[in-house]
Amino acid sequence: MEPINKIVSVLTPLDKNNVDTDQIISKEFLKRIERTGFGEFLFYHWRFNADGSKNEDFVLNDPRFDGSTILVAHDNFGCGSSREHAPWAILDYGFRVVIAPSFADIFHNNCFKNGILPIKLTVAEVDEFLAKGKNAPYQLTVNLEEQTVSGEDGTVYSFDIDPYYKKMLLNGWDEISLTFQYEDQIAAYEKQRA
Amino acid sequence: MNKGNGLEGETIMAKTIIEKIWDQHIVYEEQGKPDLLYIDLHLIHEVTSPQAFEGLRLANRKVRRPDLCFATMDHNVPTKNLPVINDPIAKKQIMTLEKNCEEFGIQLADMSHPDQGIVHIIGPELGLTQPGKTIVCGDSHTSTHGAFGAIAFGIGTSEVEHVLSTQTLWQNKPKTMEIRVTGKIGFGVTAKDIILAIISKFGIGVGTGHIVEYTGEAIRGLSMEERMTICNMSIEAGAKAGLIGPDETTIEYLRGRRYAPQGQEFEEAAERWLALNTDEGAQFDQVLEINAEEIEPFVTWGTNPSMGSGISAKIPTTADYTSETEKSGLRSALEYMGLEEGQPLTSIDIQHVFIGSCTNARLSDLQAAADVVNGKKVHPSVTAIVVPGSRTVKKQAEDIGLDQIFIDAGFEWRESGCSMCLAMNDDVVPAGERCASTSNRNFEGRQGAGARTHLVSPSMAAAAAIAGHFVDVRKISAAVHN
Repeated sequence: MEPINKIVSVLTPLDKNNVDTDQIISKEFLKRIERTGFGEFLFYHWRFNADGSKNEDFVLNDPRFDGSTILVAHDNFGCGSSREHAPWAILDYGFRVVIAPSFADIFHNNCFKNGILPIKLTVAEVDEFLAKGKNAPYQLTVNLEEQTVSGEDGTVYSFDIDPYYKKMLLNGWDEISLTFQYEDQIAAYEKQRA
Repeated sequence: MNKGNGLEGETIMAKTIIEKIWDQHIVYEEQGKPDLLYIDLHLIHEVTSPQAFEGLRLANRKVRRPDLCFATMDHNVPTKNLPVINDPIAKKQIMTLEKNCEEFGIQLADMSHPDQGIVHIIGPELGLTQPGKTIVCGDSHTSTHGAFGAIAFGIGTSEVEHVLSTQTLWQNKPKTMEIRVTGKIGFGVTAKDIILAIISKFGIGVGTGHIVEYTGEAIRGLSMEERMTICNMSIEAGAKAGLIGPDETTIEYLRGRRYAPQGQEFEEAAERWLALNTDEGAQFDQVLEINAEEIEPFVTWGTNPSMGSGISAKIPTTADYTSETEKSGLRSALEYMGLEEGQPLTSIDIQHVFIGSCTNARLSDLQAAADVVNGKKVHPSVTAIVVPGSRTVKKQAEDIGLDQIFIDAGFEWRESGCSMCLAMNDDVVPAGERCASTSNRNFEGRQGAGARTHLVSPSMAAAAAIAGHFVDVRKISAAVHN
C-alpha cells in the first residue's frame, strides 16, 4: 500500500448525498478477479449515457477537474454494498482522498486498507468547500500528519482520525503482517476456547 | 446515599448482548488501537473473495482455520438452464472459487450441491449460524445472521483476506443502539414492512457506527425467518450489524440442524445462548422506538430504502422537506423513478415482479406469496419470477406444491441464487421498467441500468403481480378470508 501524507489537488465536487457503492461501481463490473482496472468504470452510469456517450453534465467529465485526487461529497458516502471494488475504482481512477460529513462503516474501513484517506468534516465545512469548488477549480492541501485540510484562500479545517489507521496510512503498512505479530495471543485464545 | 452508590455499581455491570458477545471475542486489546476480534464463522462467495485468495498466494500465506470457513456460489449463478453459464467472466469467477476452495481446503456448496443457495440463507439453514458467534462475510447483508443473537457483519475483500490468514479482525468497538418495536403488527403487515418503516422513519444513516438490538413485543412475536428479514436490512439503516436476543424460538429453530451442537451438548449450548441476553438495566448509547400498530404494508418509491411509505399514502412533495439537499434528493429520485410528487402509490403500474433474495426468499416468504396468488393469474403486462433462496428452500416448496401454484398463476419458477436482487446474472430488469421486488435495495441501476425498483414484502409483490399495479394486500387477503 502506498503511504499517504500530503496531498495537494483541485477538489472534485460531487454534489450528492447517500452516494452508494452501487453507483461508485456498478455490478456488471464486479466479475473481475483482479484488484486493478476498475477506474474506467467508476460512476459508470453517471459518467456515460445509455448509448455509451459521455454525460457532459457529470462532474467527472468536466475537464477543469482532470487529474484531481480529492473527491468531496455530502453525507453518508459509500453506503450499501460492502464491495471493495468501490474503493479500488476510486483509487484506480486517481483519487487518494474522499471528504464528506459522514461515511458508511464498511466503505470507511475499506478505504484504510487501500491507502485512501476518508476525511470527515462538518456539514458546514463540506458545504463551504463544495460551494467554492463547484464553479471554478479550487485547490485543497490535505496534511494527514497535522490532520488538516486547507483551502487555497487560507481556510484551514482540522479533522479527527483514528490513530491506528493514521499510522497505517502514513506508513503504508500491510495490516496482515502486523497481525501476525499477535500470533501467540491468537493461539492462546483458540486454546482457551477449545 | 450508600444505597444509591450500590445500585449504580450494579448498573455499570449490566451489559447488552452486544457487549457480551464482543467482550468474549477480544483476542487482544490496547489503548489507542481497535480490538483484535476473533471470528467464529467466515462465509465466502464468489464475487468478493478471488482477490483475497490471490493475496494469500502472492504472500505465500495459508488459511488459518479452513474449518471455520464455508463457501457457496450465489451472486453470479444463473437461475435457469443450469449448469450452463453463458457469461464467460461470471464462469471464470465461479471456477476461481472452486479452485480456491480446493487449494485452501475450504468446504464448498457448489452449483451442483444440494446445499447451494444464497449464503445468508444457507448459513442458518445448516445450523452454522448460532447465537453468540461472530460471523463475517464479504457481503453487507451478513447482518441477516444477527437474527440468532450473533454479531454478524459485512466486510471488504481486504478484511476477507485478513480473516482467512489470521481468523481475526481489528475492529473499533461500535456503539450500541436499541430499536424497540412496541405493540403488535396488524393483519397483513410483515417483518419486511417493519424494517422498511424503521428505515423510513429514522433514515438510512441512523445506524452508522452502531450495532442494533431489536427489541419489543412485535419482534418477540416473529418467527426466525421473519427475524432474519429484519436483521438483513440493518445495513440499509447504516448499522454495522443488527441482532435479536435468542429465545425459545431461536433454540427450537436450531435444534437438530446439521452443524448445530447435538444431544446434551445442544442443551448446554442453549443455556449459554439464553444467558447472552441483555441484562436488565444495561444502557444503550441510543434508543429508538416505533409503534408496530401504526405500520402498514410498505412500498418504496425512491432510490434508497428510506424513500418509502405505507400503501395508503402518497409520494411526498418537495414542500414536505426543509433542506435543499433533501428537496433535490427527492426531485432526482422521482425523475429517475419516473414518478410525480403527490402521486398515490396504488396508481403505480409495474412490469416485473421478483420474489427472492436473502431478505425474502425463505419458505415462509414463498408461502405468503403463494397464498395471495393461489388460483389467480399474473397480470398480462407483468413478468414475474420466483427465485428460492436455496436448493433446500426450493425442494421444501416443491414438496408442498408451492411451485405449482406459482407456475399455474404464470410465474416462472427458478433455481436458487441472488438473481434479480443485484442482477449480476441474466435476471435483469430493462431500462425504464418497474419491478415490485422483495429484495433490499432500490438504488439506481441496482436491478439493471435504468431499472426502477420498488421494495415490498412477498405478499405485496404477489398482489401487485396479479393486479399489475400496487394494491393493499390486506384488501385482497381479507376477501380471501371471507
